[in-house]
Amino acid sequence: MSYIPNTPEDQQAMLERIGLPTLEALLAPVPEEVRLQRPLKLPAALAEPDLKRLLNGMAAKNKHLDSVISFLGAGTYDHAIPSIVPHLQRRSEFVTSYTPYQPEVSQGMLQAIYEFQTMICQITGLDIANASLYDGATALVEAVLLAIGPGGRGEVVISLGVDPQYRRVLHTYAQARGFSVKEVPTRDGVTPLEELDQAVSTATAAVVIQQPNFFGCIENMNAIESIAHKGKAVFITTITEPASLGILASPAEYGADLAVGEIMSFGNTMSYGGPALGFMAARNKYMRLLPGRLVGQTVEEGGEHQTGYVLTLQTREQHIRRERATSNICTNQSLLAVGATIFMAALGKQGFRELGELCLQKAHYAFRQITALPGYKATFTSPFFNEFVIEAPVSVHTLQQHFEQAGMIGGYALDDSYPGMENCMLFCVTETRTKQDIDYLVDVLKEVQA
Amino acid sequence: MSVEKLIFEKGAPGRRAATMAAMDVPTEPLESMIPAAMLRKEPAPLPEVSEIEVVRHYTHLSQRNFGVDTGFYPLGSCTMKYNPKINEDMAVLPGFARIHPLQPESSVQGAIQLIYELEQYLAEISGMARVTLQPSAGAHGELTGLMLIKAYHQSQGQGHRNIVLIPDNAHGTNPASATLADYKSVEVKTDPGTGGIDVNHLQALLEGNAANIAAIMLTNPNTLGLFDSKVVEIAQLVHEAGGQLYYDGANANAVLGITRPGDMGFDVVHFNLHKTCSTPHGGGGPGSGPIGVKEHLVPFLPGPLPAKGDQGYYWQDPGSQSIGKVRANMGNFGVLVRAYTYIRTYGPDGLLHVAQSAILNANYLKHELASDYTIAYPQTCQHEFVATAERQKEESGVTALDVAKRLLDFGMMAPTIYFPLIVHEALMIEPTETETRETLDYFVSVMKQIAEESRTNPEIVKTAPHTTVVGRLDQALAARKPNLRWHPGQEVTH
Repeated sequence: MSYIPNTPEDQQAMLERIGLPTLEALLAPVPEEVRLQRPLKLPAALAEPDLKRLLNGMAAKNKHLDSVISFLGAGTYDHAIPSIVPHLQRRSEFVTSYTPYQPEVSQGMLQAIYEFQTMICQITGLDIANASLYDGATALVEAVLLAIGPGGRGEVVISLGVDPQYRRVLHTYAQARGFSVKEVPTRDGVTPLEELDQAVSTATAAVVIQQPNFFGCIENMNAIESIAHKGKAVFITTITEPASLGILASPAEYGADLAVGEIMSFGNTMSYGGPALGFMAARNKYMRLLPGRLVGQTVEEGGEHQTGYVLTLQTREQHIRRERATSNICTNQSLLAVGATIFMAALGKQGFRELGELCLQKAHYAFRQITALPGYKATFTSPFFNEFVIEAPVSVHTLQQHFEQAGMIGGYALDDSYPGMENCMLFCVTETRTKQDIDYLVDVLKEVQA
Repeated sequence: MSVEKLIFEKGAPGRRAATMAAMDVPTEPLESMIPAAMLRKEPAPLPEVSEIEVVRHYTHLSQRNFGVDTGFYPLGSCTMKYNPKINEDMAVLPGFARIHPLQPESSVQGAIQLIYELEQYLAEISGMARVTLQPSAGAHGELTGLMLIKAYHQSQGQGHRNIVLIPDNAHGTNPASATLADYKSVEVKTDPGTGGIDVNHLQALLEGNAANIAAIMLTNPNTLGLFDSKVVEIAQLVHEAGGQLYYDGANANAVLGITRPGDMGFDVVHFNLHKTCSTPHGGGGPGSGPIGVKEHLVPFLPGPLPAKGDQGYYWQDPGSQSIGKVRANMGNFGVLVRAYTYIRTYGPDGLLHVAQSAILNANYLKHELASDYTIAYPQTCQHEFVATAERQKEESGVTALDVAKRLLDFGMMAPTIYFPLIVHEALMIEPTETETRETLDYFVSVMKQIAEESRTNPEIVKTAPHTTVVGRLDQALAARKPNLRWHPGQEVTH
């Protein structure tokens, strides 16, 4: 199989036209000493039907969410995707286009991203949003870099309630860039206000809190806002479960300066965690400091003044500003942003709220059923959205063996990231779980003997 | 000329497109679960549209967009080759698309296997010891690579090295990534004779900053489409000065099976799978930017890394020297499935033929355009070359931008323009291997027509495009009065 259309005869005719004898002659600039003198050691080419068989076989080795019941969340959420989303998102004019540098022939993608930016503003309540970032973790890093400013060192205060993977990524960047990260432990599943208050000083460039946090608990953002803003710190909220915004106060309502997070679960396949879809929303004052692409509305030059869309404020970006750019982002996640846009359009004002209610009610039903079982108790008393932590009578690894025997995937074993939580499991219930699924989970838990 | 209203201007209160799952559990009052102060006060004002409206709206938007499936896309350094459909089908198999990143290893054996094998393929193609598939895009890979270099220098007691050398024709992401890694960029000049690195200038920079050179970032073939035949000498000079060599893989389509960054002397390489391995660019992403490294840098790689044992495939934590994670989860897996499919489609002989055919197509176009456009460096190019509109500008004031806009009228995408920065009125052309000779000939005939129009009727070029849904847009207004989102009451104008 090959996607090279020109035949050897075509290629020979082209070579003759440019006056060269063979394809080999085109490689004259590559010195002999660096030439690969053997074929690459790769498996031989496969015809399409054979390749499909191979990949279908590999895919079949994976248990997927249409074949097993799962209560895994922990930063990646299973939300139902209306059929119209993939049908529209995968139209090849979107899929096979590049970054819209030529706006006259890219109005479709530009307008879709302008709509994405608007919808991110609508759900967060903030003033502006960018065209997407790689994922929630790198979006958080970009927000912190914005808060610290160019060449800045500064210190970032972050709650241990923020997704552990996000914090790991932040530490990686802090190490390379030279800023410091101060972590505030949680109490009863949330960031304790006193400790946070002590951690924040005039040297604090940013305060980072996740809502709902990694344990699913709802942070007291109103109180945190006044702590964050008592100095000059930028208040950054991280959101990994955007369905929560149908029910919970928006970042604008609790006074966040920047809202960043992960929104791949809106309309995009989970795909083992990537490609993901990071977003960033902000107050107006940060407009010219934002990382990544921005689409703006404008009009045609000259006479007719018809509306159109362009990539704008490009003097922030690497291809213009080079080493002084606000970020090194070039490729982002446009196609996923298109998926999320169509998803939000399909849900609409009413559906978006209903999604939040479904997650909330189903999770609380599961919570009530599980905590009614002997030996199982809630680890925290703080209010939660659609994830909660349960202390089991056995270790989570024993629990996982039971789940495997029962042909299901349980929750997330918290001791992976939080030493001391050996018996604690984080369960997530989205609208895709039925009462029957939840009751099955409860039955499996009931059978586990301490 | 036509306008498509925004989705927010369509629909009516009460309309909706998606139906939600049933509320099949007993419910409790909202206030009993969430304290009132934490509830949302204003509902998110998302659109209220029916399914048919959503479908028509985004179908219309797709029709207002140009992709490789629409026509020729000679965008230099972007490698806009055909995106095979089988790759898309494989990526959405439920066994790949519907798996959670935190599932137990035993339940995702096929996924880890694919990542494990793809790492081996990319290591072989690049001549590197190991490859991490974690970085999300090329620029993310660059940053990761520089972090690895920094961690390595620190481990050698060389943490003071703070300079990254970057050629004056480099991609803008190179200096931006260097800044993010807290490095200072210093520019290396191009030798105007060869189009390669000015080795004398490089030597002077190395001598002047010997103790502080952390790395050099090179693209080879470079952004002029030229293979720098002094690469071995350059590698030797930089290594002698204690620096590391970083290979920007944006142009790797030209070297598949011909030469390998590892054999040229590079220590770190990134791939753009969305260029070289045919994964679609999606209007600006997702990409994937794996990083390959030589043995001495392996301990610093981000983790976890895939491994194979008696019990099957598993994720192995890196050692204590690892730089840590550079993103959540394991990388852009959906993109990796496509790249894996691509490499298995071609095999070793096929990939070599990909590179050779890409180089032939570029040289053919360069040859055919030379009578009408100045070619910045007329020697044999690799996968791309840089033509210029200098002649046209001098004769009639027609610029590279004008030529680019006029091309759109003929159903083709424009080349990359005004890049690399060292060439005036640059038109950077990369045809890729997936175009027919007829398409290339059509492009040549249109370019010749535009050259002719520039002489006889320059206005038609200067006011192009004429056939697109909108004409040239007011970029200055967009930047002066930024409008980055729709507000109620705001209407599009016709």
